[in-house]
Amino acid sequence: MNKILLVVKREYITRVRKKSFIVMTLLTPLLFAGLIGGLLWIATTEQSEQKVIAVIDDSGLFKDKFQSTDDLNFLYLHQDVETAKTNFSQLGPDGLLYIPKIDIYHPEGIQLYSESNPHFGVINKIENTLEKEIEYLKMKQLGLDQQTLENIETRISLKTLSLTSSGIKASNAEATFGTAYVSSLLIYFFLFLYGVQVMKGVIEEKYNRIIEVIISSIKPFQLMMGKILGIAAVGLTQFLVWVLLSFLVTASGMSLMGLKQDPADLITEAAPLGSESAVLQEAAPGMWEMMESIPFTYVMVTFVIYFLGGYFLYASLFAVVGSAVDSDADSQQFMFPITIPLIISIVALGFVLNDPDGQIAFWMSMIPLTSPVIMLGRIPFGVPFWQLAMSVTLLIGGFIFTTWVAGRIYRVGILTHGSKVNYKTLTKWFFQNY
Amino acid sequence: MALSNVSLQVPGQSIFGLLGPNGAGKTTLIRIITSILQADSGSVLLKGEKLNRDHILNIGYLPEERGLYKKMKVGEQLLYLARLKGLKRAPAVQRIRIWLDKLDMLEWIGKNIEDLSKGMQQKIQFIATVLHEPELIILDEPFSGFDPINVNIIKDEILDLKAKGATIIFSTHRMESVESLCDHIALINKSEKILDGPKKEIKHRYRTNKFEIDHIGVLHGLDQKYQIISSEPTEQNRFHTVIKIPDDCNPNQLLTALITLTEIHRFSEVIPSMNDIFISKVSEQNE
Repeated sequence: MNKILLVVKREYITRVRKKSFIVMTLLTPLLFAGLIGGLLWIATTEQSEQKVIAVIDDSGLFKDKFQSTDDLNFLYLHQDVETAKTNFSQLGPDGLLYIPKIDIYHPEGIQLYSESNPHFGVINKIENTLEKEIEYLKMKQLGLDQQTLENIETRISLKTLSLTSSGIKASNAEATFGTAYVSSLLIYFFLFLYGVQVMKGVIEEKYNRIIEVIISSIKPFQLMMGKILGIAAVGLTQFLVWVLLSFLVTASGMSLMGLKQDPADLITEAAPLGSESAVLQEAAPGMWEMMESIPFTYVMVTFVIYFLGGYFLYASLFAVVGSAVDSDADSQQFMFPITIPLIISIVALGFVLNDPDGQIAFWMSMIPLTSPVIMLGRIPFGVPFWQLAMSVTLLIGGFIFTTWVAGRIYRVGILTHGSKVNYKTLTKWFFQNY
Repeated sequence: MALSNVSLQVPGQSIFGLLGPNGAGKTTLIRIITSILQADSGSVLLKGEKLNRDHILNIGYLPEERGLYKKMKVGEQLLYLARLKGLKRAPAVQRIRIWLDKLDMLEWIGKNIEDLSKGMQQKIQFIATVLHEPELIILDEPFSGFDPINVNIIKDEILDLKAKGATIIFSTHRMESVESLCDHIALINKSEKILDGPKKEIKHRYRTNKFEIDHIGVLHGLDQKYQIISSEPTEQNRFHTVIKIPDDCNPNQLLTALITLTEIHRFSEVIPSMNDIFISKVSEQNE
């Protein structure tokens, strides 16, 4: 045991000290934050640019009905549409809206001319105004007065709440979906990234020929476990640094954008809101509220459990691949079958997120090879405790089994050089008695 | 590689040469002694005790195919390997400094292995093998990759270790190092032991009863029972002659017979080199 710790320490320290690790660990969250920040910045600067739309209203129905806003400025022109079209570039508007004489029951022939493709929001705004105005005219013809019309008008913003045993929580479908998707993808990358590191580490020892020196001191299984555990610790370190940095960066970013909120609130789990009235209080739907609707602590704890479980499962398989080949280049043929369940998980993730309690989701979150990715996709939507317990138990059983199998193949593989290895050889090694 | 019925006794505090052509099974035998492999049958006894994992601290092994972590520093690497053997940190650090100093490598302690020359890496590897002061040291081709100066340095260290009480098993096909270092040898070919015993005794067993003589003038009139194998002029009327004597004769009789016939400048027995014994035994078995 003591010797496994020595191996763990070496694997951990040599990796964490590497420049590439430090750079990647520190830069990735900043890169992400920068990317998101950049997108937000582009979005906000785009909004502030006012577009000018020239309106030629031959029907006379929409006089002064287009209200200028911060984004859009409507300019009524009183001239022939053909002249306006030929003088378009001199006039300088971003778009030219032409409304011919129309029948309100068959409003056809309304056109928007512009040099570049008009923004979706602009089209939406114009269509809405037109529709509303025509509907209004129709209703007026039907004899409804202004007062009645204003009474008819209704505005509803649906507030989503989720009912759980611990009470009612504010929920947000988009945030849940996003969290599920991001954590599934993240665990997929982590399993791959660190599994491959185990494989490369094994190949390095075999290729360097240091392996024989080491296994004259410790058992091959101890070396394999030490390596797997050491790299797991590297993975957890990286994950924790990412989580912390992401929170710091988001928190500081948001306070810069004027959203005053104590970042500490974010780290603590969104507490179940006490009474329904508190939940129903009308509040502007902000980012903070959206984030508070996700049980971050719960998601993170399960993430760590599934990362470790899935990692142990895959790492020992990757270790076998490393022990069987002489160089990185030969590893492809054996890596393929290992990566299949991971790739299937990612492909199936779409179905699972759309139906997190369905058959596919259930079974794939039970099978140890696919459960890490799939279960993390289900967790933000809420998973019954017995399913979680069963899935974790199966995962633990799965990695104990693969580690045992891997250990038997590994001890022979690491000492075998230069021979052509196929699946038959691997089976032979497994049953070999020394 | 399977070994069959190989039984060896390695006397304590000696240097034991394990010889054999490529693929004879030397490495397999060594891997069994170092508990890297388990023998299908048979056992290894260390000082009368059945080999177990506790003996690891008592064994130092330098494999033929060896290497180090390229990106690790010399000092850290030695410390790691020593601690895997079970050595405590403080004594390990102390011994690392002593050994590095001894082999003139102390200034490299903070350098990465990949910055060292091949010979220097081999020295580090040798230190790693003996750092925990094992009683049994197994060296598989320890001189490969060394220049002649370093070969001598390592040879001296091996003799020094023996003087301090270590038993050394030494596997090689470089016969000149066997001549100068080994007390005992065993020859393995095709997974079987074909020769085993103290070096002197083996050499004695394979003596050819041939003598070489440097003398002046052509040799005439020697008794017919002495067989002249060859006689060649060297310089100015001097000759180098090889004579085989019958089994019932001793060298004194030959010498007495020669004195009356020629002026003798040198008289010595032709002792077979380990190389000759090796080649003749192996080809004998292969036929």
